[in-house]
Amino acid sequence: MKYVIVILLLSSFVLTSCGSASSAEAASDSQATYIENKGSDTIVNLALAWAERYQSEHPDVRISVTGGGSGTGIASLINGTVDIANASRQIKQEEVEEAKANGIDPVEHIIARDAIAVIVNPENPVNKLTLQQISDIYSGKLTNWSEVGGEDRPIVRLSRETNSGTHVYFLETVLRLGSKEDKTLFSTDTLLLPSSEGIIAEVRQNPNAIGYDGLGYVPKDLKMIAIAKEAGRAYVLPAIETVNDKTYAIARDLYMYTDGEATGVVKEYLDWILSPEAQQIVAELGFVPALNPSPSP
Amino acid sequence: MEKSLTWREFVITRLVQASGYSAILFVALIFFFLLREGLPALSEAELSSLFNVRWYPIEDYFGIFPLITGSLIVTLGAALIAVPFGIGTAVYISEIAPRWMREILKPLVELLGGLPSVVLGFLGILVLSPFLRVFLNLPTGLTAFTGSLLLGGIAVPTVVSVAEDALDAVPRAYREGAWALGATRWQTIWRVTLPAARSGVITAIMLGVGRAIGETMTVMMVTGNAPVLAVKLGSLFSPVRTMTATIAAEMGEVASGSTHYHVLFFIGMVLFIISLGVNIAASSVVFRAKKRAERILS
Repeated sequence: MKYVIVILLLSSFVLTSCGSASSAEAASDSQATYIENKGSDTIVNLALAWAERYQSEHPDVRISVTGGGSGTGIASLINGTVDIANASRQIKQEEVEEAKANGIDPVEHIIARDAIAVIVNPENPVNKLTLQQISDIYSGKLTNWSEVGGEDRPIVRLSRETNSGTHVYFLETVLRLGSKEDKTLFSTDTLLLPSSEGIIAEVRQNPNAIGYDGLGYVPKDLKMIAIAKEAGRAYVLPAIETVNDKTYAIARDLYMYTDGEATGVVKEYLDWILSPEAQQIVAELGFVPALNPSPSP
Repeated sequence: MEKSLTWREFVITRLVQASGYSAILFVALIFFFLLREGLPALSEAELSSLFNVRWYPIEDYFGIFPLITGSLIVTLGAALIAVPFGIGTAVYISEIAPRWMREILKPLVELLGGLPSVVLGFLGILVLSPFLRVFLNLPTGLTAFTGSLLLGGIAVPTVVSVAEDALDAVPRAYREGAWALGATRWQTIWRVTLPAARSGVITAIMLGVGRAIGETMTVMMVTGNAPVLAVKLGSLFSPVRTMTATIAAEMGEVASGSTHYHVLFFIGMVLFIISLGVNIAASSVVFRAKKRAERILS
């Protein structure tokens, strides 16, 4: 009889402990919500900083951030593998159609602004260029630094790969000077480097090189070029103030895309991103806080 | 007992046979897949565009010539470095080095072969390319030549390892015979040992070249990826874009089923055909050499 009681007690203990363990697991599963965030390499550091701060304040939310390029992020959104796609360019019409065909409705959120800095080696005496001159350099019309007031050195053009949103933006805004009919292309001997780091490493050690990169990524030991929109107008260095007052020529919006209007945890996260606290991080990383703090429709 | 043994033997034989045939099956499946995804490129992109000299896929310029010449020039440069170095090292290890030296060198070379190519690419960006730019007074250090040097370095261990095994397999009596006839050590190596190991040495070169043409990460990091038509001798010292780097850089973001996607598979097909050609050429040389050797011996 005693034994029976012991066994009963033991079994009930085992049963309850099993029950409590599984319910605890279930609870932690429902508590930790995962947000998949992928895309533009320009945004990846910013997105990581946001994710870290947000997770430290909301331990129940797990945000995984990966780069790969704007095209990669949007492709993942279309395939339904991410919750938020980061893009440094607006979604293309083809991509919207492809998404619709897949039952995905991409919604745009402007989350910050970014300026593209044109960078050269500090040994290069050239300090300022007009947009037209930069366009001519990249299209191959100018091939020697002496043609723009520098030393007699060949110009080595550096660019991001074609899958980078920065590449497309630079092509449209600088090479083609914003004109849709203009079909100017990068000179074929433009070096297409797979990463921002590749461009920075080459500019750092090569006085012939010219490159471009997001303002937030330019290290202090490289020289940024002051740019004039047209010959005769003021040359302006990229900085938060010059981007906000629109005097700097090469600046753009940065986007996050979600499938449909964001709901639940994703919505809370996006709302937080547009809060003053999160926009403070934008400024700390060298980007420019979004001017319009409400998500565009 | 007996019955179960024959039964087991039957199963094992079939398993071995199946794994042998599976190699053929896999190659056939890969080729079929490449054809299925790559051939539509011929109808989607106009032929004149495909065989043009401009590669800029986001604006529908699909000229693959610059990529083919880029791959060829980098591989040729790598072969010019890896073949003499690799065979020289193999000869030294197998014929000249004392035993203790040999026991150090062989594992070291094999260790070099296990070095991840991305590490070499890193060294290329940070050390080799700045050095080459200053040393050769080039506009930039990210050139086909930089890629060739690193790819040569990647291919050398493969060449050494296979060529050394082939030289080692040459019967000792051949060398003793040559020495008995008064041949010097060099004459023995050049006229007797190397020709006797010819088929193995050619296999070694072929594997080395195969390793070089298929290598992706290192060339993507150090050759600059500029799609320039590389047909002049000077192209070796200017940036180029290889087929492998193009596929690696662009496949990640391409919309599946688009013209660009099919053209990337078409490039994969061209790459496959080129390495198939290298293989066939090498094995026909080996085959002819064997026939000749049989004629002489009979």
